Amino acid sequence: MENNSSLENTAIKELLLQLADDDFIHSYRGSEWLGLAPHIEEDVASSSIAQDTMGHAAIFFKLLEELGEGDADQLAHDRPAKERRNAIILEVVNGPGNYMEDPDYDWAFAVVRNYLYTQAKAIKIQSLHSSSYEPLAEVAQKVQMELYYHLMHWKTWFIQLLGSGHEEAVSRMKAAIEKTLQDFQGVFSLGHYRVEMVKQGLIEDEAVLLNKWIQEVTPVFESVGVACSIKVGMVKGDGRTGQHTEDLEKALETLSEVYASDKTATW
Amino acid sequence: MNVLLNDMAEHEKLDQFIARIKAGEKIEADDWMPEDYRGTLIKLISMHGISEIMGALPEKEWVPKAPTLNRKLGIMAKVQDEMGHGQLLLRVAEDLLKPYNKKRDDLMQDLFTGDLKFHNVFHMESKSWGDAGLIGWLVDGAAIISQTNMLGASYGPYARALHRICAEEVFHAQHGEAIIMALAEGTEEQRKMVQDSIDYWWESLLLFFGPPSKNEVGSSKQDVTIKYRIRTSTNEELRQAFFSKYVKRILSLGYTIPDETLRFDKDTETWIYQQPDWGKLKIIARNEGPRSQQRLNLRRISYENNKWVREALAPKVI
Repeated sequence: MENNSSLENTAIKELLLQLADDDFIHSYRGSEWLGLAPHIEEDVASSSIAQDTMGHAAIFFKLLEELGEGDADQLAHDRPAKERRNAIILEVVNGPGNYMEDPDYDWAFAVVRNYLYTQAKAIKIQSLHSSSYEPLAEVAQKVQMELYYHLMHWKTWFIQLLGSGHEEAVSRMKAAIEKTLQDFQGVFSLGHYRVEMVKQGLIEDEAVLLNKWIQEVTPVFESVGVACSIKVGMVKGDGRTGQHTEDLEKALETLSEVYASDKTATW
Repeated sequence: MNVLLNDMAEHEKLDQFIARIKAGEKIEADDWMPEDYRGTLIKLISMHGISEIMGALPEKEWVPKAPTLNRKLGIMAKVQDEMGHGQLLLRVAEDLLKPYNKKRDDLMQDLFTGDLKFHNVFHMESKSWGDAGLIGWLVDGAAIISQTNMLGASYGPYARALHRICAEEVFHAQHGEAIIMALAEGTEEQRKMVQDSIDYWWESLLLFFGPPSKNEVGSSKQDVTIKYRIRTSTNEELRQAFFSKYVKRILSLGYTIPDETLRFDKDTETWIYQQPDWGKLKIIARNEGPRSQQRLNLRRISYENNKWVREALAPKVI
């Protein structure tokens, strides 16, 4: 049985891990697209966003380091999949193939996942502004400034492609929406310590966050003629509890290849 | 001005043009220019632009693998800059292509057919994290030498783009140098990584500056680019500047250079070195280098896969 103060600490650490792991893997999926985006201007923009997102992950890992959870680089590179807390939808591959040889990636899935995740992140970050954990509330201010542009970017793509009237574009986007929503609940899950997190005022409740997100995305869906009452699911499981897929295992192998070649070396 | 120009005979326009560039004036996109000036600029700038874009790919291979969060952020920033340079330069090339009714799409097609080349160094493999560091340190270092040589280019839009690019390239070289320094001060394995990279890249770095004259590979653009004041120094002068800047630095880290004949001759004040195999430049120009086809394929796949995106975004025909 944990005592009160260690339970409090655990809840803070869990939340930080969720935030860090989400952005770490999301940034990786973004960086796989470099050189493969639909045009050069998009390569410039989306690689800038992936870079910002890795910066956010680094900030969250640093907060964990300050809490005595170990070195930020070790936390990022040296935890097996079962210890990761990211939502499963963020680890799903961009498409078949490897980023170095034969990437058969789907831009529709990229746009949908990026837009929906960025909107969800914006709502969480907004909630973190009034977090009882002050270092996190401070960090939220900085992250929000960059997030404003990320959200504008992906929302524009989302609306343009769905509103294009182009048959293939619309059907690809709709398929991507379905694929993304069926696992999107995982983004809002707060994991095993959800009650404690809310009790401590670290972040608002899952249902509150999810509802705010639905309020934001519904009019956007409607504006491009996607009739819906938005339903999210978690068919592949809850990543916050350490459930993950092979996609994450493979990604982590790549992300830690050099680090793991000598963990004690200075790089 | 335009009316006057129209009335002038071709040779008078040319005389006036030469007088302008001799006086250090900048030629702008809408100004009259001789055809071979335009043609030379298109070749030079579109190749430079597409090389920035293809050049992001060898380092991209190491973006996710970078061993710390800071290194990940550093290399992500660098490849993003390279893409930005590519975009900037392709815009400059597109303006020059207007009279020929050619666009970005045509440049991409030229890349796929092999008509538009990219720099030799970006056809090579990047096999290790050491290579990722060395690309920043020495390849970008070489690029800085060759690009600062054109900062005063007579074509204004290119000169202005280069000013911005060179400023960022300096950061890239520092980023690469920092990676190399960490490895050089590291474990035996890490130190060896750097030596292997130097051994692998040395010849490519010499080839990068181009042949001393047209005798080596059958053609060279350097005479015409000097005549039109696009650049000032010759290929050989640039290569010599590279030796002067980097040989001492490499040796001072305790590394060797894979050329036993390399030495500075005090009498002639030049570096004596083993000529690289110039035939390799021709092989690479045919896109038959170690990674030429794989990297071209990445762009081909992306072009094909995103066809529906281009169509969806295209202006509607009314």
